[in-house]
Amino acid sequence: MQGITGRQGLFHTQQMCAYGTRVVAGVTPGRGGQSVLRGIPVYDSVREAADEHSPDASVLFVPAPMAKDAALEALDADVKTVVIITEHVPVHDVLCILAYARVTASVVVGPNTFGVVSAARSKIGIAPGSLFCEGVVGIVARSGTLTYEIASDLSRNRLGQSTVVGIGGDPVVGLSFRDVLMQFESDRDTQVVVLVGEIGGSAEEDACEMIEQMTKPVVAYIAGKTAPAGTRMGHAGAIIERGRGGYEQKVAALRRAGAQVVPLAQEVSNEVRRLLGERAVKEEEH
Amino acid sequence: MAAEIAEQMCMPVVVKAQVLTGGRKKAGGVSFADNPEQAAQAASEMLGQTIGGFRVQSLLVEQRLDIQRELYMSVTLDKACARPILMLSLHGGIDIEEVADELIVRMHVDPLLGMHAFVARDAVRRTGLRLDTDLAKKMVSLMMTLYSLFEIHDADLVEINPLVVSHGELWALDAKITIDDSALFRQQHHADQKAGGATRSSSFVKLDGDIGVIANGAGITMATLDTIAHFGGRAANFLDVGGGAAEEQMAAALDAVLALKPKSVLINIFGGITRCDDIAAGIAKALDACCTRPALAVRLVGTNQEEGRRILHGVGMIEAVKQAIALAAQASEVGSAGDNHR
Repeated sequence: MQGITGRQGLFHTQQMCAYGTRVVAGVTPGRGGQSVLRGIPVYDSVREAADEHSPDASVLFVPAPMAKDAALEALDADVKTVVIITEHVPVHDVLCILAYARVTASVVVGPNTFGVVSAARSKIGIAPGSLFCEGVVGIVARSGTLTYEIASDLSRNRLGQSTVVGIGGDPVVGLSFRDVLMQFESDRDTQVVVLVGEIGGSAEEDACEMIEQMTKPVVAYIAGKTAPAGTRMGHAGAIIERGRGGYEQKVAALRRAGAQVVPLAQEVSNEVRRLLGERAVKEEEH
Repeated sequence: MAAEIAEQMCMPVVVKAQVLTGGRKKAGGVSFADNPEQAAQAASEMLGQTIGGFRVQSLLVEQRLDIQRELYMSVTLDKACARPILMLSLHGGIDIEEVADELIVRMHVDPLLGMHAFVARDAVRRTGLRLDTDLAKKMVSLMMTLYSLFEIHDADLVEINPLVVSHGELWALDAKITIDDSALFRQQHHADQKAGGATRSSSFVKLDGDIGVIANGAGITMATLDTIAHFGGRAANFLDVGGGAAEEQMAAALDAVLALKPKSVLINIFGGITRCDDIAAGIAKALDACCTRPALAVRLVGTNQEEGRRILHGVGMIEAVKQAIALAAQASEVGSAGDNHR
């Protein structure tokens, strides 16, 4: 936990521990030697913490101006999964972090993500744990609050989740929809996947090739059908995206790839239930 | 004034509206003048006009060039592969968006390696220009400068279009630079300009409906608008209070929405890093300062929701039902029906 002694860092360390996550160490430069929350040791550097505890992942709760330094520090200490909760990280810093992660062959989740939840087991990040219950639905999303909305609706309808992954709401992020879909496809705990996207960028379109290859059904919801048109990034943005990024294009691409696209977030649950029913029937036939 | 400048220059001029937006020429913001009278005429037509939402308050009068060729050059972010991308074309100008893909050279830069002349040379070579020409050398050097601007200023985009060749010299006739908002903390000079200029905040957009909307997170705010539209309602605005919004931000957001005089206000908060008790305190604060009580549908779930609801109970404002959205649309319908009776 990088930034463990901050207000948010401490609050969410507590929440993560209560949910079942083993938080082995915290890092705040200058606060080394202290401990927080009944015995979680705080170190001055990720290197010291990593040497002592060999963590599977590091999560960043540091302010945006410090995020680049903190993320590079974690990657340099050979932490293989780095989850960046921080929002408003300068995009040039993100480019640098992701470039270094390619060198160290590490996974960066985010920035601007709610994190990752393994329902009823553990979580990294800020998602309220009480919304999730154990089940077979995998969720991958850009937006945090929209995911909470959909996950809690699924839970209310007794459609539990396996893993819930936030790839982050920024235009440039590490882990992609594609990467997560690939993992869900081979995950034994997941039977159906929910993709929560939004207008802008091409992350959803880029995932379509993967959706086509998947044997598991994918339900997609794209936010922003009626959103006011955003500001365009000059000609260059338009040249790169070439007609991609709008609601209609995304929905068409997802449908072509075989995803079930629902028009409202509240309809995800019904569609998931229908697809799970179909799958159960198919399995009985076999 | 424009006429005097044109007279001093003793040559045909171009009069250009100085506005912080693109597509100027197509919007009538660029005009050619052969003599001072024409320049004055163009200037008087342009001043005070609105282009892309910006009022024309100043003009640039400059020498009209004998244009041999219009090129295009830019550095921007290729978001999908997380690398800066250089783009270069010998076919620039106002229709660059319609230029065929194969006529635009694209080169990625490795952020760790940084920009080097070999990358720029390769880009220029791939346009088909011979590298031993004077023009090619100038383009390589300009490309290096463009990239360092991109880096130093935390830009999302640095673009010259058209980049013009006139008597063997390169001229940047129009350029656009956009700065990453998240980097403004270390780009103080740009931050000041943004604050003083006409740049609109992306988290608040006024719309033409009658249901005020406040939500937290771009995704859920968009989904809220979609849901309102689905049930036949019309949103008065888009307002994302963002992650981790505290009491003050929430109070300010509600003030801003109430200023639009909506028929109802829908507050849809799903707390993650945002704490419901902070939000509730903000709502209570804004309502305390407000003399009329708006028709409010509040949905507050997630982190610290119980504490949040306790605070709102204090001001008698508790609505945490799934159909808050539909209720807001109904409240608005009732409101407009009431108007008709009056």
